[in-house]
Amino acid sequence: MTQAVRDAPVAAARRFNLGAVAPFLALALICALGATANGRFLSFDNITNVFARSTFIAAIAVGETLVITAGGLDLSVGAMAAFVAGLEILFLNSGLIDNPTLLIIAAMTLSLGVGALCGLFNGLTSTIGKIEPFIVTLGTMGIFRSLLTWLAQGGSITIRNNDVRAAYRQVYFGDLFGVPYPVLVILGVAIVGAFILYSTAYGRHVRAVGSNEDVARYSGINVARVRTITYVLQGLCVAIAVVVYVPRLSSASAATGLGWELMAITAVVVGGTRLKGGVGRVWGTIAGALILEVIGNIMLLSNLVSEYLIGAVQGAIIIIAMLAQRGLARGR
Amino acid sequence: MKRLLIGVAVAGLFAGAAFAQQAKTIAVSVPTADHGWTGGVVYHAMEEAKALEKRYPGLKVIVKTSPDPASQANALEDLSTQGIDALVVLPHDPNVLTDPIRKVKNKGTFVTVVDRIADDRSIYDLYVGGDNPGLGASAAQFFKKAMPEGGEIVVIRGLPIPIDKMRVDAFNDGIKGTKINVIDSQFGNWSRDDAFKVMQDFLTKHPKIDAAWVQDDDMAVGVFEAIAQAKRTDVKFVVAGAGSKDMIKRVMDGDPKMPVDVLYSPSMVAVAMDVTALGLEDKIPVRGDYILKATLIDKANAKDFYFPNSPF
Repeated sequence: MTQAVRDAPVAAARRFNLGAVAPFLALALICALGATANGRFLSFDNITNVFARSTFIAAIAVGETLVITAGGLDLSVGAMAAFVAGLEILFLNSGLIDNPTLLIIAAMTLSLGVGALCGLFNGLTSTIGKIEPFIVTLGTMGIFRSLLTWLAQGGSITIRNNDVRAAYRQVYFGDLFGVPYPVLVILGVAIVGAFILYSTAYGRHVRAVGSNEDVARYSGINVARVRTITYVLQGLCVAIAVVVYVPRLSSASAATGLGWELMAITAVVVGGTRLKGGVGRVWGTIAGALILEVIGNIMLLSNLVSEYLIGAVQGAIIIIAMLAQRGLARGR
Repeated sequence: MKRLLIGVAVAGLFAGAAFAQQAKTIAVSVPTADHGWTGGVVYHAMEEAKALEKRYPGLKVIVKTSPDPASQANALEDLSTQGIDALVVLPHDPNVLTDPIRKVKNKGTFVTVVDRIADDRSIYDLYVGGDNPGLGASAAQFFKKAMPEGGEIVVIRGLPIPIDKMRVDAFNDGIKGTKINVIDSQFGNWSRDDAFKVMQDFLTKHPKIDAAWVQDDDMAVGVFEAIAQAKRTDVKFVVAGAGSKDMIKRVMDGDPKMPVDVLYSPSMVAVAMDVTALGLEDKIPVRGDYILKATLIDKANAKDFYFPNSPF
């Protein structure tokens, strides 16, 4: 055995580690930039604000990581979030249960159920119907958003009962030993997502299906089932985001979740997941979601950039962060 | 001679038939309810359509919503081929839709444009709109009165489009020469969620903010939530605009944090339909520009602008 062959796995391992760490290095770099732009950037309140805000995209993006790793794509997540949020608020307004706490728990359970069903619909339509997921989810994106607009009659759906509103508000604004609930939600979703992808047989199947569908099929993997389940998990992740989103403003409207699908996909790619499938990085995705929110936050906190140019600077930072990552991942 | 007589008789017959029928049609083309304000537009258009059909027996009012400028252009063609006597249109983008609207007008249809005006003003008979500079000026007027000593305020704008600029320029003109200082200004895209984020960051960035001008009632929802979360008492009040039922209710109830709202009501579409019908049915000369005032809504007059059944 030659030296080169023996070294190959070691080099591969090193490349893998750098690739996994790169998004966090980019995040740290951007945070350092933020700290120099405004001293208040690192204040406890600001950090928790930014973490809490990124919960929606982070949770949805973990689901998207699984979907993309399996070689799929879900464009319907933003519209789905709006639809699930609308149904949840309508249920809260129905007053079927008197006790606010029980009502809220029931509403959360309902959301998770609806989210899973929406995901199942996406999954089955694309696998059984053998339609490109891009088209299927583009279609359901329109369906979910129109349904919400119809439910809201073009306006917004708001939690009417003030007791329920006050109790539910805690889910977004409350904390456990100083750690806001949304931060715990991000951690929980990421831990479960990472466990599924890296430590279960199903996770291995997801990666196998994404890297080569035919090989996976010949190896006896039920490709359709593996893919469908990723969409169900995606639906659950959307529902988790909704459960945290609804208490923030206690309302949903046609503008809810607008553009979230692109933000989620950006977070996934910035985090190092391959858009073509096969390689997924759950923790990288979390870093990606944080990067997106942190950039917006820094833009607002600093006085350097004109309000008209914020979009351009945000775009540039994302591209630079990706270039830096690629450089690191190549071990240069 | 005979032929002429027949011609006159036929013409008379036609005129008589047209007179007897009296069946006139008004088509209303508006954007789909994609955010709160357009939701209000659709609601008021539907309500007014019912009211007009009741008032003028034989009058038919068709309301059609379109999700984007391209499909609105198609909708205008479809409506026009059905044979209509008047068109009331709130265009997605007036400059994009200039030619489709002109085509309808060239067929002899009476055209009313609502809210968004194109650079080419020859395409309409009647224009009904809100007063965009007035919205900024009215708000500025209130700030001047409420803060005679001056103070530090933040501004949350809408989207970077012309009407936003008209509002903001008029506001800045209005507070010129006072001690009122705009310490920060950002776009909130007329969205609750974006306004929430922007206000959170403003509160982090500035230790003292005396008041906020947020331009739109939808965004005010997010702004109030951000202030409540930060537990900041320095922000004495917020001035918004449009006239949504939730914000009018706050003003009506005398909420000290929301003393006034500036009117830019989606019900302007109803005004446009009504005036169009007057011209069509009652033969009143209504051609011209009709600008609704950006009325300052306070506790005293709030009930006049409160539509509890509207989605907005």
